Amino acid sequence: MVDTKIGIKIRNLNISYGGNKSLGANKNIIALKNISLDIPDKKLTAIIGPSGCGKSTLLKTLNRLLETRDNIDIQGEIYIGGEDIYNPGCPVSELRKKVGLVDQKPYPLPSSIYNNVAYGPRIHGNLKGKKLDGIVENCLKRVHLWQEVKDRLNSPAAGLSIGQQQRLCLARTLAVEPEVILCDEVTSALDPLSSEKVEDLLLSLKKNYTVVMVSHVLRQARRLADYVVFLYLGEVVEACNTEKFFNNPTHELSRKYIKGTMAGV
Amino acid sequence: MKLRYLEERIFKILIIFSVFLVMTSLVIIIGAVLFKGGNVLIHNPRVLITAPGPRYLLGGEGGFLHAILGSIYMVIPATLIAGVIGFGVALFLQSDYSNSRISGFIRTSLDILWGTPSIVYGIFMLTVLIFIQQRGCLLAGISVLILLELPIITRYADEAIKAVPNELKDSAYSVGATRYETSRIVGKYALPGIAAGILIGMGRGIGDAASVIFTSGAGSVMPSGLFESATALPILIFQQASSCYPSVREHAYAAAFSLVLIVGILNLVSRLLVRKFSKYVMRGK
Repeated sequence: MVDTKIGIKIRNLNISYGGNKSLGANKNIIALKNISLDIPDKKLTAIIGPSGCGKSTLLKTLNRLLETRDNIDIQGEIYIGGEDIYNPGCPVSELRKKVGLVDQKPYPLPSSIYNNVAYGPRIHGNLKGKKLDGIVENCLKRVHLWQEVKDRLNSPAAGLSIGQQQRLCLARTLAVEPEVILCDEVTSALDPLSSEKVEDLLLSLKKNYTVVMVSHVLRQARRLADYVVFLYLGEVVEACNTEKFFNNPTHELSRKYIKGTMAGV
Repeated sequence: MKLRYLEERIFKILIIFSVFLVMTSLVIIIGAVLFKGGNVLIHNPRVLITAPGPRYLLGGEGGFLHAILGSIYMVIPATLIAGVIGFGVALFLQSDYSNSRISGFIRTSLDILWGTPSIVYGIFMLTVLIFIQQRGCLLAGISVLILLELPIITRYADEAIKAVPNELKDSAYSVGATRYETSRIVGKYALPGIAAGILIGMGRGIGDAASVIFTSGAGSVMPSGLFESATALPILIFQQASSCYPSVREHAYAAAFSLVLIVGILNLVSRLLVRKFSKYVMRGK
């Protein structure tokens, strides 16, 4: 699929959720089936597909966030920067610093705007004083939030508008200097203006970071992504560059999904 | 008139009647305590700051400072310790350290303990005291109150932590926070719910006589150490109210007045603290 440098290599990934026994469901639910993928370095890759196809599940395996949930079985290998992240010796905290995640709905930490951005650098580098101030200012500037909040850095982050909160969450992620940024439908809770700002940000970020984005908006994937991964019922249907996917998809299912005629498949 | 409008009116009347019933009984109880107790305190405010004389419970000289201090010395350390342990257990119940079967068993046990009459706790601690050949003392009183408050505080903290959105935990994990660092964020978010449990637990602790009557020593002396006898306001109220001396019975209302006042002050201080610390918490989303 990829003719550039590989950022993330996924091999034979299988994920199943344990059934809720109290509700009488004893069977495991298979979320992802035998996924093998190469995600390019320093590009924006969009994972698309209908609801429930395993997009977010795939995304959250890339920083091992999925394993914080109950009854999850994860099998397979994922290499980021050549290192198998599911190797028992891999330090999870360091991995999550390297692979940041911005969620669908922004959830600022229950603290001030400043502390939200400073949180990561504080826990990792024990930073304080002017150095930390510098990081906070720099990250807020990169997400174009500095001008809006510079006079109220100590105000509660929960008081910001939802669009501002999403950019703050991006700033919080950038503050720990990740190599990969995972975005799970980051604009779905935002109004069109805020979405546009976040989209511009993602476009600027892909120059320096490997960005993997889950989106259910095809136009957005087409606008932003360099590569597209199309998932259906937990399997990769097609993975190729954006232009090819939208203009000349190989698979019949992809064609139907792009046309919006998947009902009845 | 349509039946559904009639239902609506009956429903409204029932709600107003319930509120009226609750408020009336509340006003009567607190009003009687404040009026009768206030009457004693206006004429003899020194009872609040005076140690009891040797014949205090027989109508002699002195006040009930010993019981005020005894209650405070017992309930504050007990609540703090139960708060820390309860928060820890609640975090365990919600974390991936525990599975749903273990959590379910612990929750059921805590619910049973919550419903257990306090006298059972008192008798249990008394058995322990007899076993270790120790007489009733302040430390035993504190210990029994920890046990009494623990189920309430833990279950409240458990429910408060359960209400913390997974996305908030993910936010902390996603920048590389450890489980401990994430727990601190979770604790901060769940603080109002945890504090409600601590207040209710403390209310149970400070208002309970049955658990401490056998265990704290219940003597009419000032508390002077962890291994010395101490008493609490509810015990004193029980002793005063069952006295045959009218002057002693009157003092029961004054003691009840100070108990209400202490609960009110502790409640107010806790609420102010919670408000101060929870101003950053996002609600209703």
